[in-house]
Amino acid sequence: MQVETLYQDIILDHYKNPHGKGLREPYDAEAYHVNPTCGDEVTLRVRLAGEGDDVRIDDVSYDSVGCSISQAAASVLHDLVRGQRLEDAMRVHDEFVALMQSKGQVEPDEEVLQDGIAFAGVSKYPARIKCALLAWMAWKDATARALGRDQASRPGGGLDGQANKEGAGR
Amino acid sequence: MSDGVARAGRAGLGLDVERIRKDFPILERVLPGGRQLIYLDSGATSQKPRQVLDAEREFYERHNAAVHRGAHRLAEEATELYESARAKVAAFVGADPGEVVFTKNATEAINLVAYGMSNAATSSVPGADRFRLGPGDEVVVTEMEHHANLVPWQMLCERTGATLRWFGLTDEGRLDLSTLEEMITERVKVVAVTHQSNVLGTVNPVDVITARAHAVGAFVVVDAAQSVPHQPVDFHRLGVDFLAFSGHKMLGPTGIGVLVGRRELLEALPPFLTGGSMIEVVRMEASTFAPPPQRFEAGVPNIAQAVGLAAAVDYLSEVGMEAVAEHERDLTAYALERLGATPGVRVVGPLTAEARGGAVSFVVDGVHPHDVGQVLDDLGIAVRVGHHCAWPIMRRYGVPATTRATFYLYNTRAEVDALVEGVEHVQRFFGVAPTATAGGAGGGRNTSGATR
Repeated sequence: MQVETLYQDIILDHYKNPHGKGLREPYDAEAYHVNPTCGDEVTLRVRLAGEGDDVRIDDVSYDSVGCSISQAAASVLHDLVRGQRLEDAMRVHDEFVALMQSKGQVEPDEEVLQDGIAFAGVSKYPARIKCALLAWMAWKDATARALGRDQASRPGGGLDGQANKEGAGR
Repeated sequence: MSDGVARAGRAGLGLDVERIRKDFPILERVLPGGRQLIYLDSGATSQKPRQVLDAEREFYERHNAAVHRGAHRLAEEATELYESARAKVAAFVGADPGEVVFTKNATEAINLVAYGMSNAATSSVPGADRFRLGPGDEVVVTEMEHHANLVPWQMLCERTGATLRWFGLTDEGRLDLSTLEEMITERVKVVAVTHQSNVLGTVNPVDVITARAHAVGAFVVVDAAQSVPHQPVDFHRLGVDFLAFSGHKMLGPTGIGVLVGRRELLEALPPFLTGGSMIEVVRMEASTFAPPPQRFEAGVPNIAQAVGLAAAVDYLSEVGMEAVAEHERDLTAYALERLGATPGVRVVGPLTAEARGGAVSFVVDGVHPHDVGQVLDDLGIAVRVGHHCAWPIMRRYGVPATTRATFYLYNTRAEVDALVEGVEHVQRFFGVAPTATAGGAGGGRNTSGATR
């Protein structure tokens, strides 16, 4: 059996008991991403707080259907970026993406990725990398939207979550 | 090749599968970790016997040249092989050679018809006006279509202003034809339907649909990608207008597909792809087109692949399509019985082998199909997971995706056993193995989620 390198206990734990799942309000932007080859879907919302260099990820909420890898990745994403400064969250994102592209050749940095290191085995299964990245791509997309909105129309920070529901399409 | 093919009907017991398997080198493959390959994904693409590989190689080694051009010996031989491939394929599906158009695959064959129809709006091909569609006209499909027989019709409606309508499905996984008369009215110009569902396995009553469609003057386009490889199909007896299938799902190479069309319709249908080989006279101002089938084969075609497909047709003919169908019926009935008796497993599609082909889709409670497929792969078992290019079926039955096993002439009951044991292993691996009886027969399918 080689498949245990893919299905680490950490991944199965997150899959069975996902952290922070469910869509919450208020939020600044939402993105809907699908994996067209398998039909996995995620709707992910981002709520920002703070100004300028102090912008942080106040909340990440999501609803999703998909395999254990994509579900666990969303749960780990929630843990890793929620409450982080935007800059730090982006660093974690970059690190996770690099790990997924590593073909198993990179030793993951546990300091940065925490439970995310369990996904190292995924990088050896090319068909599953997209599963692990689905929520991360949606998060990046939603965050970019939230920032765009931030610059355009966020003088005071008070946002009506209902106002910005456009999906990202595919 | 005759001594290389296992004849059907040995002692009346069906195929000599052990001999057939020897013709497929890939089935001997041992995967990393010492796993013996168990290939249950022929619905996606079939494996190829040596006879097909040899035919392709021999064409390239001895006869390779462009067809229908050039006066040299090789060009003549290549043209002869290509045209005899057309004749063999035609005979295999009960059509005339002139009714067989080689395409890239079934998808291109269906697009050829759909684009030919919208090109009819401005075409000078005599009789093309019979294909014209516009606002007020309707195209009817079904909810169980592969995307290849759905999206081209959506696009045709978009280009012409016609309206797309579709037959729904019953909870049992069959077409709901209770609305046949209301659905297929004088407004309908095209009815496009799959002969055999690639997900549910359902074999549709094409004759019933065709009778109604022809009564109102509609054309019938049949997606036969999953039927021609697995059961005897006779184009003329079926009475439909167009039939599309792919070579690679019937032991042939990739890159070769077939559109069969009634001669009088092909003669009136405007071209889809245009350029070399498909013309009659070309002037700077305008051109006229060759008669069918050349009108629909622009450019140098996939010659070696057509030759390979002819070898596949020879192989299947020698085994006998009745015998192939019977063998698959046995495997399908056995798989339905065993999966149906496995707690926590639900089959999506008809639960008996009646009017049903060898595609068995199922869900394992508590485990996503991707994870099912991954763990099965770890055991050497190749199945397909996902929406199988038929996303609307998933929505209809309220599942995100399914795991699908598909059978062919080289599969065995022992491989079905391995699949069932593999599924039980999956349940243990993910800690969802049901303890009591319950589950099983698939009656508990969620049928409320028709749309999202």
